[in-house]
Amino acid sequence: MLKDITLGQYFPMDSVVHKMDARYKIIITLIFLVMLFWGQHIVSLAAGIFFVIAATAASRIPPKMLIKSIRPIVPILIITGLMNLLLLDGGKEYFRWKFISVTEEGLQTSAFMIVRICLLIAGTSLLTYTTSPIVLTDAIESLLSPLKKLKMPVHELAMMMTIALRFIPTLIEETDKIMSAQKARGADMESGGIVQRARALIPILIPLFVSAFRRAEELALAMECRCYHGGEGRTRLRELKSGMRDYIALALMILLFAAVIVLNAVLY
Amino acid sequence: MPILEAKNLTYTYSVGSPFEKTAVDHIDLQIEQGDFVGIIGHTGSGKSTLMQMMNGLLKPTEGTVLLDGSDIWDKKADRRAVRFQVGLVFQYPEYQLFEETVYKDIAFGPKNMGLDEKEIDRRVRETAEAVGLTEELLEKAPYALSGGQKRRVAIAGVMAMEPKVLILDEPTAGLDPRGRTKILTQLSEYHKRTGCTVMLVSHSMEDVAKYVSKLLVLSHAKVICYDTPANVFARGSSLEEIGLALPQITRVFHGLRERGITFPDEVYTVKYGAELLRRALEGGKSGC
Repeated sequence: MLKDITLGQYFPMDSVVHKMDARYKIIITLIFLVMLFWGQHIVSLAAGIFFVIAATAASRIPPKMLIKSIRPIVPILIITGLMNLLLLDGGKEYFRWKFISVTEEGLQTSAFMIVRICLLIAGTSLLTYTTSPIVLTDAIESLLSPLKKLKMPVHELAMMMTIALRFIPTLIEETDKIMSAQKARGADMESGGIVQRARALIPILIPLFVSAFRRAEELALAMECRCYHGGEGRTRLRELKSGMRDYIALALMILLFAAVIVLNAVLY
Repeated sequence: MPILEAKNLTYTYSVGSPFEKTAVDHIDLQIEQGDFVGIIGHTGSGKSTLMQMMNGLLKPTEGTVLLDGSDIWDKKADRRAVRFQVGLVFQYPEYQLFEETVYKDIAFGPKNMGLDEKEIDRRVRETAEAVGLTEELLEKAPYALSGGQKRRVAIAGVMAMEPKVLILDEPTAGLDPRGRTKILTQLSEYHKRTGCTVMLVSHSMEDVAKYVSKLLVLSHAKVICYDTPANVFARGSSLEEIGLALPQITRVFHGLRERGITFPDEVYTVKYGAELLRRALEGGKSGC
């Protein structure tokens, strides 16, 4: 159950996209998101679909991983789809019951929204599938570094994120273990009402918190022992390097975006 | 009929992802009632996975586990009841303690079984005594205890369910030598007193050799051998090939054998070794 969380689930592969500079991948993803929301027209979706297919092919991520990333938001998709379908009026009417109606415009908008959300998730998942969380935070730190001039604690924030990301799998594993251990003692987590289920969480949450605090203490101590003193003058083990493929990818993305803007302007 | 039986048991982690790994590979195994089985293998040899399948915490990818002859993953089977009969103590079990007092924590399992107060009280006190926890410790908070004491509280918590089969996954990991001997001796006494089946997972031959009646050796998700300790240790070199060290005393006697001094059988406890040596030396004396 806990293993189904795809957030930050890196899918290692030997591909062009995996080798790209993470900073460029983040910028490209951002442009992709803006592009999706730019046009109210089908063109931006077509460009989005093209981007996702091309990027998936280039990254050699199995397409079923993308479907897996969309699965958790299916309820949101259904709600958005139904709201738009039933409540929006305009165009040819196919069906009406009291204030609920199915119209041409409702149908179009609903399909449009669903595809757009799917693309949104698929596109951003591609970023996390092809970039390990640690590299991703490094890239975010690097992209945000201009804010250091405004006295923003960019390094500290990035370090906190790195630590949090680093410990998510550990804590998931730990939760799994504690759950198994309590189940082995007959803890019943699958039946009963809300109150009973909430109470059944106590034997899991208490050991989990205790161990999280213990880990935090140990980590802080270990960092101090190695003279950690913040980001100043700190060099990196893995330098982020950009190269030809990053420039090309960025250029292609900008071209795609420009095409969407132009087509939008021409068609509307 | 064996009390616990594995047939063609297989478990694969993360099927279909690049991290796919078979931890238990088509294992057949029969555990007889009343046996004290030691399970030995390297880190990653599949010991823990195998044990978690034995009490129905992990669902086998393939194969079945039979408890008293009935499949624990049968549609009608009650897996919670299975877990009360096959008690599993995890690695570093002290991290699962959560109650305000030691007493309540040991009582967690029996309470889940739906036993009445009196029976719970009897079990808590009996098992606390069995693992060497004194009466006044029962009212203390588990977090106030020492590491070794916490470990024993956690073991008592599973013992208190009075399972037919008690499985312990590395119960001595991270303890000092004295703490190790203490826990193992108490386990051995518990086994003798209750006559229940005990399975002890370890990566140290030294630890288990003294206590167990049978040894199961795992390597790379497969069973290498399952036999009495004497027969297992007789295979000396093949065990060392898979990276498991024989007990020191066994190595001493293998060394003696290589030098032409033979003894009738395998030696894996210091006590027996000393006895054999004494006899041999006395025999030698009378010879001259």
